[in-house]
Amino acid sequence: MKEYVLMKGNEAIAEAAILAGADAYFGYPITPQSEVLEYLMAEKPHERTGMVVLQAESEVAAINMVYGGAGCGRKVFTSSSSPGISLKQEGLSYIAGAELPCLVVNVVRAGPGLGTIQTAQSDYFQSVKGGGHGDYRLIVLAPASVQEMADFVGLGFDLAFKYRNPAMILTDGALGQMMEKVMFSEQQPRMTEFPEWATTGKSPGRERNIITSLDLDSAQQEKFNLKLQAKYRKMEEEEVRYELIDCQDAEYLLVAYGTSARICQKSVQLAREKGIKVGLLRPITLFPFPKKPLKDMAPNLKGILSVEMSAGQMVEDVLLAVNGRVRVEHFGRMGGMIPSPDEITGALENIFIKGTDHG
Amino acid sequence: MANAKGSIVVDREKCKGCEVCILACPTGVIQLTREVNAKGYHFAYMVNPDACTGCSNCAIVCPDGVITVYRKKRPPVEKSVQ
Amino acid sequence: MAENLKTQDIIKAENLVYSKTPVLTDNVMHYCPGCGHGTAHRLIAEVIEEMDIQADTIGIAPVGCSVLMYNYLDIDMQQAAHGRAPAIATAVKRLMPAKYVFTYQGDGDLAAIGTAETIHACNRGENIAIFFVNNGIYGMTGGQMAPTTLPNMKSSTSPYGRDVELMGNPLKITELVAQLPGTWYVTRQAVHTPSAVRKAKKAVRRAFENQKLKKGLSLIEIVSNCNSGWKMSPVQANAWMEENMLPFYPLGDIKLEGNLLAKE
Repeated sequence: MKEYVLMKGNEAIAEAAILAGADAYFGYPITPQSEVLEYLMAEKPHERTGMVVLQAESEVAAINMVYGGAGCGRKVFTSSSSPGISLKQEGLSYIAGAELPCLVVNVVRAGPGLGTIQTAQSDYFQSVKGGGHGDYRLIVLAPASVQEMADFVGLGFDLAFKYRNPAMILTDGALGQMMEKVMFSEQQPRMTEFPEWATTGKSPGRERNIITSLDLDSAQQEKFNLKLQAKYRKMEEEEVRYELIDCQDAEYLLVAYGTSARICQKSVQLAREKGIKVGLLRPITLFPFPKKPLKDMAPNLKGILSVEMSAGQMVEDVLLAVNGRVRVEHFGRMGGMIPSPDEITGALENIFIKGTDHG
Repeated sequence: MANAKGSIVVDREKCKGCEVCILACPTGVIQLTREVNAKGYHFAYMVNPDACTGCSNCAIVCPDGVITVYRKKRPPVEKSVQ
Repeated sequence: MAENLKTQDIIKAENLVYSKTPVLTDNVMHYCPGCGHGTAHRLIAEVIEEMDIQADTIGIAPVGCSVLMYNYLDIDMQQAAHGRAPAIATAVKRLMPAKYVFTYQGDGDLAAIGTAETIHACNRGENIAIFFVNNGIYGMTGGQMAPTTLPNMKSSTSPYGRDVELMGNPLKITELVAQLPGTWYVTRQAVHTPSAVRKAKKAVRRAFENQKLKKGLSLIEIVSNCNSGWKMSPVQANAWMEENMLPFYPLGDIKLEGNLLAKE
């Protein structure tokens, strides 16, 4: 019988991966995401499903192990936190360039540099704009609860295989460490048949399979880039996910994802108690970004406040989406500081209503 | 005299004229041509085919794998009739 | 005398003793004339053919001159980022333990940027083979100094010779990984003469055979030339290699069946 269990976000990701029939996890310890590797090592998934778990010598090695496993057509994933994700960017670029499906979890902490181990959302650019070298995109999913941490593992794998593209769960230290109730789906069997492009050994009946991101012929390389861009446009048409809260009559809109979106839900309540008609748009996919709903809502709004635990990164995508149709401002905290619901409501009032703060 | 005689076939268009086979040949069979292939390389050929024993030394050191080797045992030498 | 065998009598299918293995494709290799990469590729392909494991072998190509190795071997291959091949091979082998998995890497790839991946794959005892082609130079990028560049050897980034006071010492990574408990077979070979090729092929065969034993990693260094980078003819480069590289990087087995061999 299915029942709720109480679990940390990081642990929920690990358990959900086993249940999703993942073939392998390759990781390296870093706060605040080490529980993913710890949970998997303690849970012995090789005995439950045959899943491989390996602690790599570095984040660089771990992401390249993901490349190798994904190249064999397997469901493989890794997790890390911001400084470690920076190290994985080389591998992610190669994975995107070789069109391999995989899942990467970033439990974001504050930067730059070693920053702090406390939560932040300052890896938005790195996640949704590519991150490594070259023109590529990750599919970026932003959970806002431990339940979604679990649910997005299966979704991430599905989208990664559908598009032969790396998917990222972009979460943060608060959600990683937070304990909440979560209900898991049934155990999915591991794959027994693999994609026709996978390097599983050249059987006599087929051409050899090559996993590479290299094409020295510029005309071919441009053609390949155009193919990638077409894939990203298709994602923008078909895979946008978001949640609207109290938006029907909203004059002002908060846009926030992850932990910030949870806080903003309370801010919406507080503002409405004061008679300010505020709604919340919570992007669930950060790439593809919910541009269209923002564009469509813009003419009916007096202002949009993008709320992030960063200096203002997602706000640029909000600005692009509304393209001047409505005023857009940013409110954020940095360095591991989490804004309170009051702070956000106050910022909204000061910027848009009292005009005492220019955003 | 060796009891077998060999011969090589060089894929002249793939040969890059590196001369490694020339040094590897124990019986001095191979030289480079004066003429060149489509890529402008002088290519290996049997300047002294009768000396080839089919030992394959040239082929196994050829970096481009362009040499095929054949070897045939000599028929028994007929006793000369007085 | 019966000099009765004419060339056309010899060149017949029934007399064929050596031809290119079908595990090599018909693509013309892009390597410079006389480059050892072609010979090293061919030995791997021949062993795959002889062991009849074409359908069960996955190779990992590096960055460097041999990045396009997958154009020449008719097997499934993955191309790695610079130095990362052992990490990729680790995952491939762990997910498909019954397959034969190898990496093919140059000295810059394996012994500089990929040092961590190399040492840790060796130390974990991954049941893979690493073919390590050492020509003492970064070939593809234009002859820069490599970790294996000899003292006083000229390169495009040590144009007056490698000054070890300033540039550090050459790294004998093969001797280094032989010390690790995870390596089962470590050897140094060459492919510039027929006898060297025959020995190197036996080593390649052993590296593949070892994967059945599941006793650890096999690393086969192949000391090779880079006549373009060294600015010599192929024949001169091989002679220079014998005179200069081989005294510093002596050929022969270093570790057999998990046991370090005593120096003679």
